[in-house]
Amino acid sequence: MPLLYDLLIGPFAEFDFMRRALVGVFALSVSGAPVGVFLMLRRMSLTGDAMAHAILPGAALGYLVAGFSLPAMTLGGLVAGFTVALAAGAVARLTVLKEDASLAAFYLISLALGVTLVSLRGSAVDLFHVLFGNVLALDDDVLILLSGVASLTLGVLALAYRPLVLECVDPGFLRSVSRSGGFVHLTFLGLVVINLVAGFHALGTLLAVGLMMLPAAAARFWTADITRLILLASGFGMASGYIGLVASYAAGSNLPAGPAIILAAGALYLGSLLLGSQGGLARRLLPRAHLQR
Amino acid sequence: MLNRRSVLLSLAAGAALPLPVFAQEKLPVVASFSVLGDFVREIGGERVSVTTLVGPDGDAHVYSPTPADAKTVAGAKLVVVNGLKFEGWLSRLVKSSGTKAMVATATTGITPLKLADDHGHGHGGEDPHAWQSVANAKIYVGNVRDALVAADPAGKAVYEANAAAYQTKLDALEAEIKATVARIPVDRRKAITSHDAFGYFVKAYGIAFIAPQGVSTEAEASAKDVARIIRQIKAEKVPAVFLENITNPRLAEQIARESGAKIGGRLYSDALSAESGPAGTYIAMMKHNISQIEKALVAGPA
Repeated sequence: MPLLYDLLIGPFAEFDFMRRALVGVFALSVSGAPVGVFLMLRRMSLTGDAMAHAILPGAALGYLVAGFSLPAMTLGGLVAGFTVALAAGAVARLTVLKEDASLAAFYLISLALGVTLVSLRGSAVDLFHVLFGNVLALDDDVLILLSGVASLTLGVLALAYRPLVLECVDPGFLRSVSRSGGFVHLTFLGLVVINLVAGFHALGTLLAVGLMMLPAAAARFWTADITRLILLASGFGMASGYIGLVASYAAGSNLPAGPAIILAAGALYLGSLLLGSQGGLARRLLPRAHLQR
Repeated sequence: MLNRRSVLLSLAAGAALPLPVFAQEKLPVVASFSVLGDFVREIGGERVSVTTLVGPDGDAHVYSPTPADAKTVAGAKLVVVNGLKFEGWLSRLVKSSGTKAMVATATTGITPLKLADDHGHGHGGEDPHAWQSVANAKIYVGNVRDALVAADPAGKAVYEANAAAYQTKLDALEAEIKATVARIPVDRRKAITSHDAFGYFVKAYGIAFIAPQGVSTEAEASAKDVARIIRQIKAEKVPAVFLENITNPRLAEQIARESGAKIGGRLYSDALSAESGPAGTYIAMMKHNISQIEKALVAGPA
């Protein structure tokens, strides 16, 4: 028993940085995973990835102007993310180009701009701080940012829940009964942006997407009910955070914490893919009663 | 000099080495990073024009070269590198630029330190940060001088005079550092820094540095690494934690907060600061570092 305690609880009892990392990942899971569920249901799973790349130049610019400063990098990321989201949305509504193509165009421009900005400073290492944040170094300011974003996200999701669900299942119907579709869509993209900006302080821009999409995709193998999807995805996110931190602690020097968390989420996804009750591979291969789901 | 032979060999390999067309024209020299650039400037003086690829505060471990760098290298007569796999990207750059420049390795003749804890990444077992000991810096200077003489024999007298004058300054620097260390109580001669670039410094001057990250800045610290450091600070009562000029400052702050050690000033390890900064030259960097170390170790809590 003491062995199990040392492995599973001891690190968090002994070290402040482990507790902070856990709280940070929990906050990210509570807000990021539901956003991921909606992204998945709306077949926008890759949008998160595109937005993460779009945020990079803003964060880089913040870094160049103010150094390793939380407000500057956050503000830069938000501005870049919203600009790309709005520009892509506007192009999709006003021209022949569809939203996915215009988003791809804008995020690629943004990414190239970001890499250029970083090179202007003459060193590539700055970029690595933005690409790979450090979940083991969450100070009070970052934790407040993470929990603030989580609270805001949950509040907005609660307010916009109905139109969001409608837009997922039947956007045509939503358009016929209300003109709020465009507004809801932009609000939702805003949530994606703030969650990614929060996530990059803890995990870096690229890995933050992992904690958003992998739990959502894994949850889909267990249920089709949207409420359960959201709860399960959040749970998977928190579990990945916990497992990843414990693994990074137990594995010694070779397993950085951020990637470990995303690998844990990836393992949960692969497990769900194999064993999931809703269309998991094992279920498909096993014989089942005729005409029964 | 140990390194004469290697310089001669590279001379022979480079076949007919083109001499500067006009005696007045400055010898174009490329140095891979700021510390080497400073050495070349000290010894070359007026006769050379030095370009440093990785500038002040840059990280040579993970630098990615630009086309302008390739052009610079292509136009150079001499490329000075640290060696010991410090700038792994440079050999490719030298090849791809098609330069006819002679490549001189500044660490030739230095006995490299083995890395105690090799994770299978980074520098392949040898610590490249050899300039952190002044005795090694003197070998660097000898190598740079010989390389300059080989590339520009007409300036032999100037280079030798400059190098001799600079070696005298380095001797004074070495004495100053040793005197400072002697003032720090023996049981306080230990500190934490977020970058393990002080292996040679530790060996030469007897101040222990414990690092939360592997020797290369490419590796991210695992939870276990950070936990080990915090335990060690508490157990051994390490007085101070130093931020390094190019790795994540938040991590060092977290460790200081959690362990109660004092946060010392900025130490410069892999790169000089901008010229106006506190570590604009090699000598200024070493003086700055030792004074920051003394301040933090003497003042920190028990």
